[in-house]
Amino acid sequence: GSEQLQDDMMEVLNEVWGNSAVKSAVIISTKPGCFIAGANIDMIKVCKSAEEVSKLSKEGQMMFEKIEKSPIPFVAAVNGTCMGGGLEFAIACHYRVATKSKKTVMALPEVMLGLLPGAGGTQRMPKMLGLPTAFDVMLTGRSIRADKAKKMGLVHHVIDPLGPGVKDPEERLIEYLEEVAVGVAKGLAKKTVTVEKKKGLMQKVQDAVLGIPLVRNQVYKTVTQKVMKQTKGLYPAPLSIIEAVQAGVEKGPAEGYHVEAVNFGKLAMTPESRALIGLYQGQVACKKNNFGKPEREVKSLAVLGAGLMGAGIAQVTVDKGVATILKDTTTEGLARGHDQVYKGLNDKAKKKSITTFERDMTLSFLKGQLDYSGFEKVDMVIEAVFEDLSIKHKVLKEVEAVIPPHCIFASNTSALPIREIAAASKRPEKVIGMHYFSPVDKMQLLEIITTDKTSKDTTASAVAVGLKQGKVIIVVGDGPGFYTTRCLAPTLVEGIRILQEGVGPKKLDSLTTGFGFPVGVSTLIDEVGVDVAAHVAEDLGKAFGSRFGGGNVDVLKTMIQKGFKGRKSGKGCYVYSAKKKDKQVNSGTEEILKAFKLTAPPAVSGDEDVQYRLVSRFVNEAALCLQEGILADPVQGDIGAVFGLGFPPCLGGPFRFLDSFGADKLVQKMKRYEDAYGNQFTPCQLLLDYAKDPSKKFHK
Amino acid sequence: YVFTTFIKLSEFTKSKKTLSKPGVRNVVLVEGVRTPFLQAGTTYADLMAHDLARGALQGLLNRTAFPKEAVDYIVYGTVIQEVKTSNVAREAALGAGFSDKTPAHTVTMACISSNQAMTTAVGLVASGQCDAVVAGGVEFMSDVPIRHSRKMRKMMLSLNRARTLGARLSLLGSLRLSHLVPELPAVSEFSTAEMMGHSADRLAAAFGISRLDQDEFALRSHVLAKKAQDEGLLTDIVDFKVPGKDIVSKDNGIRPSTMEQMSKLKPAFIKPHGTVTAANSSYLTDGASAVLIMSEEKALAMGYKPKAYLSPTYAIPKVLERSGLTLADIDAFEFHEAFAGQVLANLTAMESDWFAQNCMGRKAKVGAPPMEKFNLWGGSLSLGHPFAATGCRLVTMVAHRLKKEGGQYGLVAACAAGGQGHAMLVEACPQ
Repeated sequence: GSEQLQDDMMEVLNEVWGNSAVKSAVIISTKPGCFIAGANIDMIKVCKSAEEVSKLSKEGQMMFEKIEKSPIPFVAAVNGTCMGGGLEFAIACHYRVATKSKKTVMALPEVMLGLLPGAGGTQRMPKMLGLPTAFDVMLTGRSIRADKAKKMGLVHHVIDPLGPGVKDPEERLIEYLEEVAVGVAKGLAKKTVTVEKKKGLMQKVQDAVLGIPLVRNQVYKTVTQKVMKQTKGLYPAPLSIIEAVQAGVEKGPAEGYHVEAVNFGKLAMTPESRALIGLYQGQVACKKNNFGKPEREVKSLAVLGAGLMGAGIAQVTVDKGVATILKDTTTEGLARGHDQVYKGLNDKAKKKSITTFERDMTLSFLKGQLDYSGFEKVDMVIEAVFEDLSIKHKVLKEVEAVIPPHCIFASNTSALPIREIAAASKRPEKVIGMHYFSPVDKMQLLEIITTDKTSKDTTASAVAVGLKQGKVIIVVGDGPGFYTTRCLAPTLVEGIRILQEGVGPKKLDSLTTGFGFPVGVSTLIDEVGVDVAAHVAEDLGKAFGSRFGGGNVDVLKTMIQKGFKGRKSGKGCYVYSAKKKDKQVNSGTEEILKAFKLTAPPAVSGDEDVQYRLVSRFVNEAALCLQEGILADPVQGDIGAVFGLGFPPCLGGPFRFLDSFGADKLVQKMKRYEDAYGNQFTPCQLLLDYAKDPSKKFHK
Repeated sequence: YVFTTFIKLSEFTKSKKTLSKPGVRNVVLVEGVRTPFLQAGTTYADLMAHDLARGALQGLLNRTAFPKEAVDYIVYGTVIQEVKTSNVAREAALGAGFSDKTPAHTVTMACISSNQAMTTAVGLVASGQCDAVVAGGVEFMSDVPIRHSRKMRKMMLSLNRARTLGARLSLLGSLRLSHLVPELPAVSEFSTAEMMGHSADRLAAAFGISRLDQDEFALRSHVLAKKAQDEGLLTDIVDFKVPGKDIVSKDNGIRPSTMEQMSKLKPAFIKPHGTVTAANSSYLTDGASAVLIMSEEKALAMGYKPKAYLSPTYAIPKVLERSGLTLADIDAFEFHEAFAGQVLANLTAMESDWFAQNCMGRKAKVGAPPMEKFNLWGGSLSLGHPFAATGCRLVTMVAHRLKKEGGQYGLVAACAAGGQGHAMLVEACPQ
């Protein structure tokens, strides 16, 4: 545990300070790929009160202060992950050397866990990087690579990674890093190396300007406004960070450290922090393959359909060096898909996260074609053709005629039940669902759907491929809409109902984003596509009956007739134009909504009720999925909802939300809505069970 | 990484007794010459690449008295191309008075360009297409092509096509200061964007080669080269008359220093902790080399005494085992010395079981050549390294060493930018 580590550390430090022969010291980790990955979250989780957590923070602060004020210089030699407490440790040292290994990333990710850098980070960062950059680093929690860190002034010196020699390259790299760091440490002791670096003109100007209290006040104000705009005030951590920084800069270190420790304790006790920590741990859990090692590794893969999804799947696959065939039926489609992959990679090259050479090499793994040549050698086929069962059957049969026996057939569908697709297969044990989210290269989630016939090895293979593609994976049971689409559909239908009741698209968006969803419901309909939304709502409506009712699907159908298919057609709930940033409501859609107008029952139509109507239908459907066994556990339910559908991260997912909000409170609300609207708001049995016994929690 | 392929590629074939194989024509080195290698910017400064190449070709003809018309083909290597003479082989051959009916082509493969030229020559002779081929290489670093920027070039090309004054003026109006920034020849590899010196420094670090080791090796190279020069062993050199200047007859970069002086230098690439310095790297050099490669029967028929059998290939250890040869059978080693750190890293790699197992897919190490047989007359660090001319220098030198030392087998190996390597087994012809 970290506590043991801290004690050991203090012992070593005291030894160093006690020995007058030691003139300088180097802090280095012999663990490959990791300097210090940060404090152990469990240490915080076991604390019962804010005071207990504050105490942890104070201990960390004291240890690092001792290093900072040490009579002999300390050099941090960083290779690999240097996050959170690890980076706070490093910046307490007097000099930092880092390797440019791809594994070397520095970050203060505490904000993403609803916390703040609690071991002096909020105090040292502004001094080191200046206020604006320090806020950027701490409020975004973003990862910083070594060369960028050098530019920012976060590290003093960088060294290049080494190729193979007479031992493992990383082992040698760590030795080399140590040699260089020891050289620096000796130089510091002898004063042949200095810590101070020359400041550029821009830096001097910035320092001078930020020396003016009025300017600094303006900076705090601007940053706070920005945070409020982005978080809608739903996340307390960023504001606490600003407060701690401000206290230190304006009132001196004693006050700064004090506020940092107190705020750290307070934050650790917030439901937002618990939710975010839960998501982090869930995400780690969903990045593991629980189905064992597949019998054969998928070394070559074919994607059918070079549309948005198909090309996206191809991109994330070639990105990891897997030979990929991208097959379409037309040269135009193929060219468009190829361009999409190229653009995705080229954007990375433009941002310098890869070189143009790496871009070209990655692209060489992609083979575009119109026929089935080479399919006799592929290990997996992922189809991303049009969402129509007969077309899916057609390609399945075509593919099965050419692929080798071991080859897996995966279907990328958002709603068609896999067992119905597999019905056309000669080998249903090799058929599986892989539901990607658009845009594939940005969305982290992959929903894998198994039928009762899918073999365990097929599942293991699909998970392995998804993990290689860098996905966070949930594995769910088969059924109409699986898990994610099934939660989304009733939410969208309720959104339509709300629009019909006269709440404008903009208002609906602000109510949803105000609850913490990253994208409002009206915008979401446009992004998903009005046609797709209509398709899904109708299909699932047929499968699940009146529980999926509420809004009138004809609203969507009329929109499609008028050509309002969402962003892709330029018009949907909104009008999209390349020039204007501020999108306007589509008056055509407003007219349609007027034609389908319904009267809102006043008792359940306030802003808050509108929000809870949307959320309760989402959450109830999620609970039903768990009740029916579509979901194996609440963790995957939370991860799927947040990473695939944008369920508010501050609530941690539907199940975390039920735990913190209280199932009983939600059931009470749903009963009110049920009275006004009918059975689409009837809470499922699982919800009722949890409402009856408040000690029952989905997450332990 | 340079060293990986270097070792993989430097395998060689042969039978235990001799390189000759039944049913295959024996290919021999009849003679090899080179111009003196001079530091860039010195006496050759006002020449052009094909001038030096012509000097080497003429020198070869003078020394062998070989009839020009009996040369079936000419292959020449070059790295940094002079755009005016992109097929420098042809320009130099015509200038040296070779028949215009003798085809000539230019190859480029970084520092092993002339190795590749020789390999091509051996192939042409072995396959029976030619009986006598001249191979060589030239590098001229005193002048390199510096281009206008891409933007400027684009504008100039458009200007050519513009028909009206108005169109021309409007194009000229688009001229910006940034158009005028010139483009230097790439000092870094295109694919990795890394400079050779930087790569060599990392290589040395990966193998734990210290600054001291590198400086000592560089000093050894200079001391041995000086000795060879003083004892008149560098007989491959032909005089070169620079118009309006003296006759050049000696390499001018051989300068034995002291360890103390060398240790004062700051690292040239990785600062401040690197180990590669100007003193333990090869320097920018002007020079050209040429060899005459023939079938053994034709050479003997024409009354020549061939110096050595040639067997170039692209990989060491597997073929070593197949032919039943070991490193112990080799009498003279000539390895290219781009950087002291690189040579020492290569030698360390050959001595390493870990490297053999993890990077070469072998069970055990290849073994490193003994230093008492290694680069005894100096190397690229001291003699100079005109990129594309070095390969012929290595082969000619090993042939001369075998004769002088009475050895039978010589091994030539060289590495090149882009992670490629080349090796050649050379066997002394019976006297």
